[in-house]
Amino acid sequence: MRRRAAFIAVVLGAELLLGACSIQPWVKPYERDRLADPIMSWDRDAISGAYLDHVYESREGSRGATGTAGGGCGCN
Amino acid sequence: MSAVPRHLSRLLAVAALTLMCVAGAAVLPDDRADIFWSSYRGGGMDITGESVLVRKKFSEQFAVEGNYFIDKVSGASIDVLSNASVIKDERKQKSLSLEYIHDKTTYNLSYTNSTERDYISNTTHFSLSQDMFGDLTTISLGFTDSRNKVGENNGTALKPVISWLGYSTSRSYEGGLSQIITKNLIASTTLEVISDQGFLSNPYRSIRFYDAVPLGYSLGTQVYPNTHTSTAVETRAKYYLPYRAAASLSYRYFNDTWGVRANTIEFDYIQPVADQFIFEGRVRHYSQNHASFYADIFPSANYQNFEARDQNLAASTNNTFDGKMTWAFAPQGFLIFKRATVSFDVTRIQFKYGDFRNIKFYNNTPAGGGYAAGEEPLYAFDAMVYQVYLSMFF
Repeated sequence: MRRRAAFIAVVLGAELLLGACSIQPWVKPYERDRLADPIMSWDRDAISGAYLDHVYESREGSRGATGTAGGGCGCN
Repeated sequence: MSAVPRHLSRLLAVAALTLMCVAGAAVLPDDRADIFWSSYRGGGMDITGESVLVRKKFSEQFAVEGNYFIDKVSGASIDVLSNASVIKDERKQKSLSLEYIHDKTTYNLSYTNSTERDYISNTTHFSLSQDMFGDLTTISLGFTDSRNKVGENNGTALKPVISWLGYSTSRSYEGGLSQIITKNLIASTTLEVISDQGFLSNPYRSIRFYDAVPLGYSLGTQVYPNTHTSTAVETRAKYYLPYRAAASLSYRYFNDTWGVRANTIEFDYIQPVADQFIFEGRVRHYSQNHASFYADIFPSANYQNFEARDQNLAASTNNTFDGKMTWAFAPQGFLIFKRATVSFDVTRIQFKYGDFRNIKFYNNTPAGGGYAAGEEPLYAFDAMVYQVYLSMFF
């Protein structure tokens, strides 16, 4: 019984996801010129962004969720 | 057929149905070459960095990026000075990244090697991102595996004698959601869980504890747990202003199994001028409490099983003020390059510690200021970071 309920839940979930396909994007492709402007990029300069993340990570107790992967100790 | 494969087949069917609504294709960024120089000065440290990055598309679907970074360190931070050793070292980091786009899915695989005399790190990273729902939503997933070899220089800056102390591994799991909200506003949230194991202590930091002789305190070896798990969540939003400028705001919450909780808030403003210049200003505020096994001075030797006096684990705040100018000096391009820019970035970071004391002020004689062990002024310093880089797009 529980297995059948789980199957129905999965099918309903799939229906919901497929329903989302029919959602018309409320920002049309031709309305995205501003979002495509380089000043709207999250990380215009990868080296500079990764470097500053390393500066902070070497001196703070926190880390992560900044989108960079790298290495190094920063021990000194 | 067993229950598990049947469930899996149903899930795969749902996933396939979901992916059917994907249409169109994502696009790789422009080819570029960057030459980068940086300088960090603060807290007794003088670090210069040089880097080269080249990114090249080999088709509309496949790109390769290579990066070489070298840090040259001289001087030593306050807690290294408390051990009376001065450091001169280099860190060389090489990375290679492959990016592949299929339909609306972007796959990224990268490998990074970072080498110092006393620390070697090898990192493998894989991520994928998927545009969906009319390209308004992007979902990304990432996994990173780092393997590190940790050592200590027991010699001098000029004649190093490296003792290898152990290994550590780090695994990171990352998930992100980016959403176009209006034609002027985009927002994203990223969650990252990182789990470490092995030798996690910093060999250049020492604990101190009250001791009658010779100074009123003595130094001892830090003892860290062998495991560490942290969780960070960042949410950010960026808004395009009516007069071609952009403002963004981000907030990050962090906590870990060592008892550190941290908050970061950042505001950024970008203003292009006359199609040739982009000015950017950024302010950032960071605060954290201390780790559960941190103390500036412990009551006695071997007071507890884990003991640390690393300034990174102390209660602290820091404030960043950052100004950057990008000049498109060759908007029409030259040689093989379509355009080129040069950027100048000046950053000031003010660090203040809530329970990390400046051991250099220690002097328990009245002539020396009368600071007894554990009563020295709290440590604070300002750092200046300069970056200059040339970016050429082709």
